[in-house]
Amino acid sequence: MASTSLEAAELVVPASRDEAVKAFGDGSGVTVFGGGTILMAEINYGRLRPARVLMLRDAGLSGIGSNGSGLTIGAMTTVTELEDAVEPLGSAARNVADHEIRAQATLGGNLCARSGGGTPRGDLQAALIALAATVKSAGNGGERAEPVEDFLAAGADGRLVLEVELQEPKRSGYAAARRPHAHAYTILAVCAAETSAGVRVGISGAGANALRARHVEDALAGGASIEDAAQKALDDGQPHDDALASAWYRERLLPVLVRRALDDLGGGR
Amino acid sequence: MRLTVNGAQHELHSPPLTSLLTALREELAITSPKAGCNQGGCGSCTVLVDGEARRSCLVPLAALDGASITTVEGLGEADELSPVQAAFNEHYAAQCGFCTAGFVMAATALIDRKPDARREEVLEALSGHVCRCTGYVKIVAAVEAAAKGDVHPQQVEPSFEPEEAEVLIPGSPA
Repeated sequence: MASTSLEAAELVVPASRDEAVKAFGDGSGVTVFGGGTILMAEINYGRLRPARVLMLRDAGLSGIGSNGSGLTIGAMTTVTELEDAVEPLGSAARNVADHEIRAQATLGGNLCARSGGGTPRGDLQAALIALAATVKSAGNGGERAEPVEDFLAAGADGRLVLEVELQEPKRSGYAAARRPHAHAYTILAVCAAETSAGVRVGISGAGANALRARHVEDALAGGASIEDAAQKALDDGQPHDDALASAWYRERLLPVLVRRALDDLGGGR
Repeated sequence: MRLTVNGAQHELHSPPLTSLLTALREELAITSPKAGCNQGGCGSCTVLVDGEARRSCLVPLAALDGASITTVEGLGEADELSPVQAAFNEHYAAQCGFCTAGFVMAATALIDRKPDARREEVLEALSGHVCRCTGYVKIVAAVEAAAKGDVHPQQVEPSFEPEEAEVLIPGSPA
């Protein structure tokens, strides 16, 4: 429930992961504060007056750990920390906003970001899809681990993202439309990676959240050429109009970026 | 909420979700950080938090207990400008001045972490800052010069003290 003034907000600052999970409960009435780059704008403009704020800064949820076969990345890890972590996540991270925002924004926030003003958000999601990442979250019914695309489909409501697990890919590829300005959202970006799960392709900017290009993946697995597989992206994405680009433009751009990302993947990195 | 701002300790009383920008301007009357867009997109509120450039409009006081904040007011004095301030002055890198404090703080942080920053790094570091006078060429030149140490000692007029203005009201006796 929204309160009417900033004075009335109750602030909870858990000092550990367990405390954070307990304080979050089933998430009802709780506003999770990660880096704050989205929430503070809402608060500054009076669109959000949270009643209970869970600040995660001291909850021990940040950092990148290696577990032998892959990486575990805490929800409070900043976008800056991801820049050199693993491809194509690093490329996606470097393409987010500017130096100051990347230093403050978090992986968890990017996974939970709702589209704002009709514009897609969540640039890191396509990379996590390509990397076959698993999202660990807490909430009603306890802790849960699920593929990132399932987490995105179910929505972040009632879930507290704790960490993301992924494998180091054998190969990776990335292609994006050039941003008109550092603070413009990504018009379209395509991530590709080969892990033990096979070649996966994720698309940012063709829907409210990033999506997995299953038709492209199936075509590749069936032996189609990169050129032909890339055309299948139009069966996966739903190009839309917004302030940055028209659906007409996105429809033409999407197969091109998929092809470039797959070419990039072919070269290996 | 305790903060060190430009070397001085302060106890702040604004609500914990108040932005650092609002607290600086309205509680401490430190007005070099500007409230341009209030959503992180213009750069004019940029300050240093524990030495790193941050958007003060996006950082709540609740995230800052014990932090050390630096604004333009804490950089140099009129008779001893910081290198970035001196470079901005030398290169005429300010027009209306609204964005200047944000650019100066971001440039100061850049040169602190990359003392020999090249042009591409300057452009990348300043890419989120907007100058509506479009004075980017001189701003970038100033930051490049500061990064190269190509700055000359200089003193600016400490303040402008106007004489009492003569008020002319049409129709009234002279």
